[in-house]
Amino acid sequence: MKEIAEASHAISEAVKMAKPAVIAAYPITPQTHIVERLSEMVANGEFKTEYINSDSEFAAISSCLGSSAAGVRSYTATSSQGLALMNEILYIVSGMRLPICMTVANRALSAPINIWNDHQDTMSVRDCGWIQMFAETAQECFDLTLMQFKISEDKRVLTPSMVCIDGFTLTHVYEPLHVPKQEAVDDFLPGYTPQHAVLDPDYPMTLGAIGFPSHYMEIRYTQNKAILDSLNVIKEVYQDFSKRFPVEIKNTRPEEYNHVERYRTDDAETILISLGSVCGTIKDVVDELRAKGEKVGLLKLITYRPFPKESIVKTLKNAKNVAVVEKAFSPGLGGVLYNEVATLLYENQLKPKMRDFIVGLGGKDVTLNHIREIVKNTKEDKGPVEQWMF
Amino acid sequence: MVDFDKLKSKVGKVEVTTGGVLKSNGSSARNKTGGWRAMRPITNKDVCVGCGLCWAICPEGCIRKDASGKFSADLDYCKGCGICANECPVKAISMVEEKK
Repeated sequence: MKEIAEASHAISEAVKMAKPAVIAAYPITPQTHIVERLSEMVANGEFKTEYINSDSEFAAISSCLGSSAAGVRSYTATSSQGLALMNEILYIVSGMRLPICMTVANRALSAPINIWNDHQDTMSVRDCGWIQMFAETAQECFDLTLMQFKISEDKRVLTPSMVCIDGFTLTHVYEPLHVPKQEAVDDFLPGYTPQHAVLDPDYPMTLGAIGFPSHYMEIRYTQNKAILDSLNVIKEVYQDFSKRFPVEIKNTRPEEYNHVERYRTDDAETILISLGSVCGTIKDVVDELRAKGEKVGLLKLITYRPFPKESIVKTLKNAKNVAVVEKAFSPGLGGVLYNEVATLLYENQLKPKMRDFIVGLGGKDVTLNHIREIVKNTKEDKGPVEQWMF
Repeated sequence: MVDFDKLKSKVGKVEVTTGGVLKSNGSSARNKTGGWRAMRPITNKDVCVGCGLCWAICPEGCIRKDASGKFSADLDYCKGCGICANECPVKAISMVEEKK
């Protein structure tokens, strides 16, 4: 079915179709329309789930931890300060390998108080051991939400995931959306079969036990191995999904999902790297410059954690100039993604000219002119390595 | 029912399970954690009146009642915090340094 939907509601629809047994969420700011719509659906009897109106985000993720440990599909959504409040439990969830699925509406962190879009919230939890995927469009929001359940719950993965969607520029924007039939979704995403955590009084087990120095590091090693190995499973799921659900509305998603989307990068001398909805603006500038004969392209990261090193290196290996365009920074260091990409290129003996552009913090508009300037400064090796685009 | 054999893997010199899950319950009772203690509570049972206040307030829940109705700490789990000694209304508990 084709419709015009707000990206938040696209996610509500996908979550409904995924049939989680428990949804726990804090209902007030900085919450989005995602759980508002889900709670309406439950109240209207459109689907059955245990819907918990939590009294904080800490409580919401803790409830999901409990339900996932009991062996059922569990979902929550949050944003900015709410994600920050969940921080402690995020580590526990991934350490216990509970496949909780979450949507994060990317918004700035205080202070100053700001409710608008950037990526500082999810970048601050990139070390929590969750799979992180970024969406550019409402269709990608919908698709990635269905896929995240399949990925997280795969017995080879058993790792929680967050789909990151830009606050306002996606959460409050209406776009064309194709919603597949429930039967097709059921076929793609069967119910969750717990592999290692289930509440069964006849077979009691211990979860979240102490890990003494003799075992802690070894258990963390297996956790790291699982999320690293999940790259293959994620790719499998992307391919399976793309085959089962071909593009219905042009330009709303990649033909075939992959860890990265390569937009006109094949012969590109200058490649921009970015995440999320700003990629739409970048694509417009790439088209404009391509029409003038400039060899420019965009590398859009869909999978951010695990970091898809091979896909990135493969795309950048012939680039002369690389610009990282990001909505987050590590105070006292610089752009988060820039530093990761620079390390990766060094490991592979690649040395393009590099620039790091911090854009759009706290909802500042990222305009076509910004992107034109980014391409120019990168090509001409102009200005300092780290540049803030006000 | 969870198949624990499928969750096991060998890392370094030890065997671990997915997410560190353990078969059966009661692992907290099997892990003797009293070794962390620096001070040991000793109850003078001639002074103890068996009121059970130490039993009620012990943060570890490791005070036991003996056949004569007197209370003392289970040293397999006692961390030596000294709350029992501090609160005992008849000062029957003294804290002494652990020596190896």
